[in-house]
Amino acid sequence: MTAPPERVQPGARPVSAGSPRTAERLAHRPGPPVEPVRRPVRRHEAGGWPEVSDPGLAAVREKLEAGERLGPQDGLILHETRDLLGLGRLAAAANERRNGDRVSFVLNKHINPTNRCVAFCDLCAFGVHPTKSPDAYTLRIDEIVRQVEGLRELGVTEVHMVGGMVRDVALDFFLELLPRMRAAHPGLHIKAFTAVEIDTYARWAKLPHAEVLNRLVDAGLGSMPGGGAEIFDPEIRRILCDHKCDADTWLGVHRTAHGLGLRSNATMLYGHVEEPRHRVDHLLRLRALQDETGGFMAFIPLAFHPENTRLARRFGLRGGTTGFDDLKSVAAARLLLDHVDHVKAYWIMMSPATAQVALSFGANDLDGTVVEEKIVHVAGATSPQLLPEREIVRLVKAAGKTPVRRDTLYDVVQTY
Amino acid sequence: MEDAAFPPAPDLLRIGRPAAPRTAAGNGASAADGTPAGNGAPAADGAPGGNAAPAGGESSAGPATAVADEAPPADGPSGPAAPDAAAPRPLVDRWVRLATGAPLLELGERADEVRRRLHPDDVVTYIVDRNVNYTNVCNVYCKFCAFYRAPGSKRGDAYTLSFEEIGAKIDEAKALGGVQVLLQGGVNPDLPFAWYLDLLRFIKREHPIHVHGFSPVEIAWIARMAELPLRDTLLRLREAGLDSIPGGGAEILSDATRRRVSPLKQDTAGWLEVMETAHGIGMRTTATMMFGMGETWAERVEHLLRIRDLQERTGGFTAFIAWPFQEKHTALEGRFEPVTADEYLRVAALSRLLLDNVPNFQASWVTMGPKIGQVSLRFGCNDFGSTMLEENVVSAAGASFRMDEAEIVRLIHDAGFEAARRRQDYTVLERMPREPADARRRAAAV
Repeated sequence: MTAPPERVQPGARPVSAGSPRTAERLAHRPGPPVEPVRRPVRRHEAGGWPEVSDPGLAAVREKLEAGERLGPQDGLILHETRDLLGLGRLAAAANERRNGDRVSFVLNKHINPTNRCVAFCDLCAFGVHPTKSPDAYTLRIDEIVRQVEGLRELGVTEVHMVGGMVRDVALDFFLELLPRMRAAHPGLHIKAFTAVEIDTYARWAKLPHAEVLNRLVDAGLGSMPGGGAEIFDPEIRRILCDHKCDADTWLGVHRTAHGLGLRSNATMLYGHVEEPRHRVDHLLRLRALQDETGGFMAFIPLAFHPENTRLARRFGLRGGTTGFDDLKSVAAARLLLDHVDHVKAYWIMMSPATAQVALSFGANDLDGTVVEEKIVHVAGATSPQLLPEREIVRLVKAAGKTPVRRDTLYDVVQTY
Repeated sequence: MEDAAFPPAPDLLRIGRPAAPRTAAGNGASAADGTPAGNGAPAADGAPGGNAAPAGGESSAGPATAVADEAPPADGPSGPAAPDAAAPRPLVDRWVRLATGAPLLELGERADEVRRRLHPDDVVTYIVDRNVNYTNVCNVYCKFCAFYRAPGSKRGDAYTLSFEEIGAKIDEAKALGGVQVLLQGGVNPDLPFAWYLDLLRFIKREHPIHVHGFSPVEIAWIARMAELPLRDTLLRLREAGLDSIPGGGAEILSDATRRRVSPLKQDTAGWLEVMETAHGIGMRTTATMMFGMGETWAERVEHLLRIRDLQERTGGFTAFIAWPFQEKHTALEGRFEPVTADEYLRVAALSRLLLDNVPNFQASWVTMGPKIGQVSLRFGCNDFGSTMLEENVVSAAGASFRMDEAEIVRLIHDAGFEAARRRQDYTVLERMPREPADARRRAAAV
């Protein structure tokens, strides 16, 4: 890692190393081999926080200044303040101390092997009935491999692969697919399978999570994305995605993955029927797991897109998230998640323009170039499906920051 | 950004503030101080009246080192008005350094302070209106425009609306609560003076509504057709029914840039002259800036200083709106890097700081999108513009954002402001109620 030297705080616990076999298996990924990593957690440092005028925020700032950890009440203040810019300045300070003026991105491509799905989540406009929908598609292994071959010439180093859950596109499918992807593009990092998918494949195969993860790692899995977290609160989760695994299962899969030496991301879907207290609860649950394992690399707030979703129809949701909401979500997460290294402004979700402004609100990563995205666009996202490297670099520089290209594990590959 | 550590010093926010209104006018320092040498701007680019920058701010030169929370810039003039021909260059440079070097959010907070001082009730307004572009025939040929058709164009899509068509569009707008029509066209050489007078009388007789019409380039052309002085032309137009004038066509008030992107359009002095004459007969107007056509930051600052100086003399500007150049289908497509959201917000904040004598600032959500439009409410803007039941000009150049009134109100409320419909003069017609929160909707649905 080229990250600044990290201070190990008392009480920090490393990611469990996993077996030596795990480290050996992981060594086939690009970049330096994964050591059985010790991930020290590095919290916000006391002192030197910018002044803010809003009284509520000022109280939060006092705690930061004193090096105290923020609690649920502080989280509510962060989400409910009217002082958008004061909040942003605090979050920007938190980010600057951790990541300097670097803003990273990765050359990546999304692959969604199928849109057929048994989960029928009300929040989703992407999934269709596994057998009855005329819009259903399933990519063949050959097709995916061919897509991957094309990526090598483009310099794309990461595939982000998530999709619908059906029994014919499950563990066996991927155990066959992953080695072929890696054979087609040996430098490729495969970041794939949300915790929800892992849990479902495990149940279908009647295997423990750890075994499923081990087999996938053997086949070539490099890390896990953070999707499927949505909102952990059970009341909200029931409304959003009744059939998805619950919060404890989601967190459990990530705990297991971290224990095996796999790094992962975390997400939160906001801007639907949740309230600030649900967001705070969600972030603090993630923080608790990070306290345990240190295995999360990045947090990614995901803006809900209502179009074509049952959820929007049921609740009369219209218009999607606002600019204020997007920026607040980034900033509040940056401050609450005091030991997750990276907060991503996911331009696909919040628009490239808002993502650029989010770089002044505590975000330090823009995800990637994302060749072709399907899931959010079915739900009405109007953002482009591809942001060329040149455009990402331009946006970052125009925001007064230093663009760096990274690999999936956030090691810097190139500074612009 | 090489100047990223630049501290936003209070004196930088004060310098350049005009002192007492009107005292600086007519000092005769037009050509000399209008364009400081050495920035590539032509010497002929003198704004009438000149940039009477107070010497007080400049005399406190030397960058301040602390981000002090002092009184907002408008709390008092920084010194007596003492026009100083040498002042503008360093003055402009310091504003440029502030706009490009200060952290984005600190710039926003400063602009927000000005906004709050001018609008302490935290109301964000918008107007229900319609743009009617009565003709797309135009003999000005601006390179940044995708809307016009040349006189005699063979493309078959040149048009001039009939009075009846215009009347029908106004009725549609009124049926939706519209209180204003923005009449703007190309500069169509086939339309005589009488056509404009007849149109205005027709509107006031058959479809009465506030007519916000004819940008300065059109007014100047109409005056030529009428063979009348500007003032007499404006008086005749007002008599026929013209209520106020939109500030379009200002683009960048720097003749170097104007010659490059719109060589046939009236020059800086011409635009300002129409506005000053209109203000002189008591007519209110707005002011605009379209940026992102390769101009320098210094030219942007000079543009703002020119508008501010005129406003100090006349007080006739009701509002200011800045928006980035939209390039699609224009002769300049692909020539300049598109303006980013960060840059737009910097321009918005800079404008709010400099033009603290113009009461209202519009967010340009039509070009920047609803999200950045909303965020600009913390970067100095206090108005969400218009519902734009119809818009043709920037949409011809690729701006594709649309919002209905309910969405505008939702965004204003979500940003923590009261939302209100307004009249053209920015007086409030009606405050809009808040929608029930999501939580209540959920409780109702569960």
